[in-house]
Amino acid sequence: MPGKTKVLERKPLSLAERTYLPQIATGLKTTFKNLFSEKITRQYPEEQPPIPQGYRGVPTLVKDPNGREKCVSCQLCEFVCPPKAIRITPGELDDEGETAHVEKGPQEFEINMLRCIYCGLCQEVCPEEAIWLQNEFSLSGYTREEFINNKEKLYELGGTLPDEHFKWDKKKAAEEAGNPHH
Amino acid sequence: MFELTSLWQIILLKTFFAFCMVSVVMGIAAYSVLAERKVSSWIQGRIGPNRTTLPIIGSIPMIGPFLTRLGVFQPVADGLKFLFKEEPVPKHVNKFYYNLAPVVAMVPALTTMAVLPFGQIKDSVSSEYVPLILANVDIGILFLFAISSLGVYGIVLGAWASNNKYSFMGGIRSSAQMISYELSLGLAALPVLMWANPPGADGGMSLINVVESQQTIWNIFWQPLSALLFLVAIFAETNRAPFDMPESETDLVGGFHTEYGAFKFGMFFVAEYAHIVLGSAVFTLLFLGGWNLAPGFAFPWPSGYIGGVASTLVFLAKTCFLIFFFIWVRWTLPRFRYDQVMKLGWSILLPIAIVNLVLNIAIISVWDLYFAS
Repeated sequence: MPGKTKVLERKPLSLAERTYLPQIATGLKTTFKNLFSEKITRQYPEEQPPIPQGYRGVPTLVKDPNGREKCVSCQLCEFVCPPKAIRITPGELDDEGETAHVEKGPQEFEINMLRCIYCGLCQEVCPEEAIWLQNEFSLSGYTREEFINNKEKLYELGGTLPDEHFKWDKKKAAEEAGNPHH
Repeated sequence: MFELTSLWQIILLKTFFAFCMVSVVMGIAAYSVLAERKVSSWIQGRIGPNRTTLPIIGSIPMIGPFLTRLGVFQPVADGLKFLFKEEPVPKHVNKFYYNLAPVVAMVPALTTMAVLPFGQIKDSVSSEYVPLILANVDIGILFLFAISSLGVYGIVLGAWASNNKYSFMGGIRSSAQMISYELSLGLAALPVLMWANPPGADGGMSLINVVESQQTIWNIFWQPLSALLFLVAIFAETNRAPFDMPESETDLVGGFHTEYGAFKFGMFFVAEYAHIVLGSAVFTLLFLGGWNLAPGFAFPWPSGYIGGVASTLVFLAKTCFLIFFFIWVRWTLPRFRYDQVMKLGWSILLPIAIVNLVLNIAIISVWDLYFAS
């Protein structure tokens, strides 16, 4: 659009400006103020960063409030895992006692943390809400073996999920009410 | 103070004093490196080195953690790291000059401190002032300028022996810069020396003389132009930002020390900081009144050692402030382009320095003709 351009007049520099000294003094003033400004460095190991909601850290297995494994060894997570970090060995459970009404459980459950890409697909795909990604993000070790989390380690990291489903209790109640295929 | 008759005793004592002086200056240089890191961190909103600690001192409650947070032990770690690192020598270098260069860079920095006065003691018997200095030579400042500019030989030698184009360009720039600013440096210091040696006086080039002449008013207040010129020139002479041509890391990789590593690099590094310490000390002596406490209150201390220590501390405080100023400027200003450095040196600084000198000569002659008699 011709006629709309406003040409600014460039004033020649004054003598003081041409020596650069006032400008240098201003710059020095600015940096001196910065000397006492609040520091933005986070002192990492002591000060942990704030973890946002829905953060995807280390994947773990959880137990239900009764202390039983939630995982039924369906192997969906093993199949969906893009880097093939999960390896499940399905196992049989006792028909008596604590695990009487539990369908199935993993005999061994390994997650290789050197392969894991923290995508969270295992958590998304799990029908039993048994695998959860936690907030922990800092893993270290000296050997490759240390990075393969076995079942024991996964439950230790995961703990108990305080949900209210009580799936196996409901199944037991249904069986006792004469409707075993609830 | 001491009655020393034996020559050996004098030599031994002088050697001891020299050793003390070198230790102190090298210590200040090492802690300037720490100051550089800390001040740069603070200016950039960071914290800086705050983890290095020593086993026993670090575990003292309150003081230990405070010193650790301040990074006081960091220079020890830095120095030891340089000392114990593997020293790779690249295959394409000239071995002899490559090894010689760090030494050549270091020696002038250590030599100049011999003629550097740093305080004075009032003799309790005769009430005479005895300057504290390693070697009280008449040519004082000339010796200082002459030897300190030899430091550039280390840089040029190292740059050339490295057989690397970036090092070479760093060396070339450094030598060109040194020649350009040496002139302004000398011309800016001359008016001070002329005023310190009034006509008819014995005088000399001694720095002690210059400090004594500043007892009533410091030179920076009534020779501000000379002080400014000298300051700019000394920034260039010590290869500090905004004139850090020889190592301009953005365009020359690492500059003259690109091929150096481990302790040889450490020597270049410490030599650079020793030059800064000495530059600050010389500026203090010439323009900030040396060990004089304040304008008009030159030496309020009692005679004896207390006065000696106090005047030395005053001198050290001023020097440390100037070292801080060097660091402060480095983290404020961007680097000049090479041609801008040359233009500033030859077509601005040098003419102003000459005009300043001629003006001072005129004033002194008029003063001498009409008022002094």
